[in-house]
Amino acid sequence: MSGVRGPAGSPAPLLAVERLRVEFPTRHGTLIAVHDVSFDIAPGEVLGVVGESGAGKSLTGAAIIGLIDPPGRIGAGSIHLGGRRIDGLPESEMRRIRGRQIGAVFQDPLTSLNPLYTIGRQLTETIRTHLPMSEADARRRAVELLEEVGIPAAARRIDHYPHQFSGGMRQRVVIALAIAGQPRLIIADEPTTALDVSIQAQIIQLLKRLCRDHGTAVMLVTHDMGVIAETADRVAVMYAGRIVEIGPVADVIHRPRHPYTVGLMGSIPSIVDDRERLMQIDGVMPRPTAIPSGCAFHPRCPQAFDRCARERPELMPAGSTRAACWLVESAPATAEAESL
Amino acid sequence: MSASSTSGAQRTDSALLQLSDVTRTFDVSPPWLNRVLERKPRVLLHAVSGVSVEIRRGETLGLVGESGCGKSTVARLIVGLYAPTRGTIRFDGVVVAGTGAESADPAARKRARRSMQMIFQDPYASLNPRWRVADIVAEPIRAHRLTAGAAATRKRVDELLRHVGLAPADGEKYPHEFSGGQRQRISIARALAGEPDLLICDEPTSALDVSVQAQILNLMAELQERLGLTYVFISHNLAVVSLVADRVGVMYLGRLVEIAPSKDLFSRPRHPYTRMLIDAVPDLEMSGKSRTPVAGEVPNPLSPPPGCAFHPRCPHANARCRVETPRFVNGVACHAVEEGRI
Repeated sequence: MSGVRGPAGSPAPLLAVERLRVEFPTRHGTLIAVHDVSFDIAPGEVLGVVGESGAGKSLTGAAIIGLIDPPGRIGAGSIHLGGRRIDGLPESEMRRIRGRQIGAVFQDPLTSLNPLYTIGRQLTETIRTHLPMSEADARRRAVELLEEVGIPAAARRIDHYPHQFSGGMRQRVVIALAIAGQPRLIIADEPTTALDVSIQAQIIQLLKRLCRDHGTAVMLVTHDMGVIAETADRVAVMYAGRIVEIGPVADVIHRPRHPYTVGLMGSIPSIVDDRERLMQIDGVMPRPTAIPSGCAFHPRCPQAFDRCARERPELMPAGSTRAACWLVESAPATAEAESL
Repeated sequence: MSASSTSGAQRTDSALLQLSDVTRTFDVSPPWLNRVLERKPRVLLHAVSGVSVEIRRGETLGLVGESGCGKSTVARLIVGLYAPTRGTIRFDGVVVAGTGAESADPAARKRARRSMQMIFQDPYASLNPRWRVADIVAEPIRAHRLTAGAAATRKRVDELLRHVGLAPADGEKYPHEFSGGQRQRISIARALAGEPDLLICDEPTSALDVSVQAQILNLMAELQERLGLTYVFISHNLAVVSLVADRVGVMYLGRLVEIAPSKDLFSRPRHPYTRMLIDAVPDLEMSGKSRTPVAGEVPNPLSPPPGCAFHPRCPHANARCRVETPRFVNGVACHAVEEGRI
């Protein structure tokens, strides 16, 4: 599989998602929430997935861990983890993969923890589910994990309940749970969104350190471009269920190709610039019930021309990134020149 | 706008809103029986302690701080959703809340109250789902009898909807038919219906996507220019505040720790907490680089540390900081700055 995918010389991907489609059957026909999404993540790599609400970024993550709520389903495409196909596995097998192969960190740390059990019990249970360990060994390992994620006085705190922790500390506990089974991939869905900025910085540092120390790959789903800039190696920008641009993080941020990415970057306020007004993309993201023809962004795109409404562009190379935009195709030479 | 802006013309540069030593405590004690049986003491939460600040006509004051620092309580104190435990709030010279409010002219107080309107964070929770948009926007007009007759009210509502970038036809719809950004436009139209001078905006864009946030921030800037509005803009997002605010106040555990013109605050922060906050903002320019994360968390506001509340997290703290609460001098409350140590 790795021979077919990716440019020669790059390491075999840990996760390979190929033309993934997530759909929801409804009375009025099938809604396609994630459409033809393909990407891969190498071991130790952080792939950021950004987009606004409804872009399909969280559903993509949920599809990988097999947690799409029915009637939603994977309608087409494939997901390979370490060369093994994992979409469509029976629930019993998927449960073994979750936690052991893929860890998950969600936005709200309070809903990810059981309020009735001490965090020690939740951790030892998770460890023993995935690793052959005695109760005492698992508890020792739990303390180590809590220390690793930076919880002070871990040996004492292990017997506390989730409500006794602050938001930032709870998110550390959730990360400890996610890495308890020593997974090769962590899917972090808005892990810092519910946290204050100073705590957010600490959690980002923690994720980066774990990734470096253990070679864990991370799929970081967020709407916050700042978090992506600080954490990710590559970034995929999603719009209306599709990836519209994907590439190395510095290139996407500083030389975005797709007009949507350009608008998205321009609409982010920054404490270093002196702008009076923000760049503004008029309108809103289309609902999955009413995706425009051709390029889904064309009704909001300042540079749209007639072809955009008729034909949908596929991702095509644009310098060091790939973008799904006809402008990239019509001006490949200048695109290359600018990127150098 | 109409009547109020004429008086405003003579009063430019003077303080439109003045908070003097405003304090608000909440009694979070256990119930009486528990206190008696378990011999538990009364517990007071100092949500806001001794905040003094002036807001000039036409300016935007940003208030920043982490969760629990009291910034939303300040907003609610200003618009009168809470009464201050101590201190005075003056609007255009009229005492609207706190010490001396009883002796103020009731008609003047009522006028002042109408001149202050609030925009809330969650556009899904702050609009009545059973009301048509036109009725939501018309409510302040009807309540304050600002127009004569239904036709005039309707005309005014149409005008307000156009002001915020909606169509008059949208007035016939219900809130659920709108996206988050459009709902926030409805909230703004409703706030403008009372013909306010001052808008208190409590995290107005925090629930919105960035591209929609940009639309709302641009709309607010445009309305401020057109209508000469004064804003108190509360947000945890420093980048947003740096964009919209003329001056910025930083709060920590219920106290104002620094206030300065926006440019100065972000280029030369003085208080160690402000420096820490600014350092913690993820920045697009820092792509790939790492920053020094800040140690520690905001302490429990029920038992704030003695002395300067920030001392357990402060790299410059010394013995004095641990016992003596710093006074607010020249826009900053810090012993280290006052002594010239930093």
